[in-house]
Amino acid sequence: MSGSLKKATVYVKLKDGVLDPEGKTIQKALSQMGYSEFLSVRTGRFFELEIEANGSDMDSRIDEICSKLLANPVIENYRVEKQ
Amino acid sequence: MKVGVVTFPGSNCDYDAYALVRHVMAEEVEFLWHKSTDLKNCELIILPGGFSYGDYLRSGAIARFSPIMEAVIKFANSGGLVLGICNGFQMLTECGLLPGALIRNDSIRFRAHDVYLKVEETSSAFTNAYASEAVIKMPIAHGDGNYYSIGEELRQLEDDGRVLFRYCDDEGNLTKESNPNGSVNNIAGIVNMERNVLGMMPHPERAAEKILGSVDGLKVFESVRAALLTLTTAGKA
Repeated sequence: MSGSLKKATVYVKLKDGVLDPEGKTIQKALSQMGYSEFLSVRTGRFFELEIEANGSDMDSRIDEICSKLLANPVIENYRVEKQ
Repeated sequence: MKVGVVTFPGSNCDYDAYALVRHVMAEEVEFLWHKSTDLKNCELIILPGGFSYGDYLRSGAIARFSPIMEAVIKFANSGGLVLGICNGFQMLTECGLLPGALIRNDSIRFRAHDVYLKVEETSSAFTNAYASEAVIKMPIAHGDGNYYSIGEELRQLEDDGRVLFRYCDDEGNLTKESNPNGSVNNIAGIVNMERNVLGMMPHPERAAEKILGSVDGLKVFESVRAALLTLTTAGKA
């Protein structure tokens, strides 16, 4: 199945409870702009991966790069979307 | 003593550390290139401050996979002394030699100014030259220095007396105002369980000559020298 996998997107965000000062500042700016109904903003980032699909362990390889490099499991969670 | 200072692409405090060891302490020092895996028999490895790999992804996250880091991790795991300053501290948490993480300053501002620190523990290779509970001054210069740790991990850190430095005011009070980045429990520097790896956000190497405004940082390196001397003497006995 995963032999045909060509693209994946990894979404990384701070775990709940870890301070996100950027998100907080954006939320405050929104509120000042009159968008006060947006009570909370959490930031994150995503990675678009192009993959040469040649093995059957692609899922675990993606998991590996997420936990080793793309995300820091101490403070961040990640989610993988495969295309 | 022989000190190795690792240079990563983007390091900018490597020369400060080098100059301190060579010219202020008159000890042997070598630069170690990040692509090398040879620690050249150094007895203390310094991971210097700076912006390795442009701080891309997370501070220290990419440097942590440099070839030299494999050797540094091995060295640390066999009891070798490692000092990570600022960006070096970030590398040490990223590679798991130290617990927790360093996240964005709570102010979102890059903070570059002198801070006061309380020396919490003097029973370490890095702080034995300080008086107990000494209040010292040295600079910080970072955007991601907010030390994060929770739960059991943080409790252990505190119970084991592994917090060596805390941000404080000039009288040694641990106040919210004296905490420049939001670090939990005002933590500025910690050691690992075996106490041979120290990570700290403030810059002791930039506070080791009078002309730089403070000599309070020098004792970190004098502590290491004393600890190494004790080790050598014990080895010979």
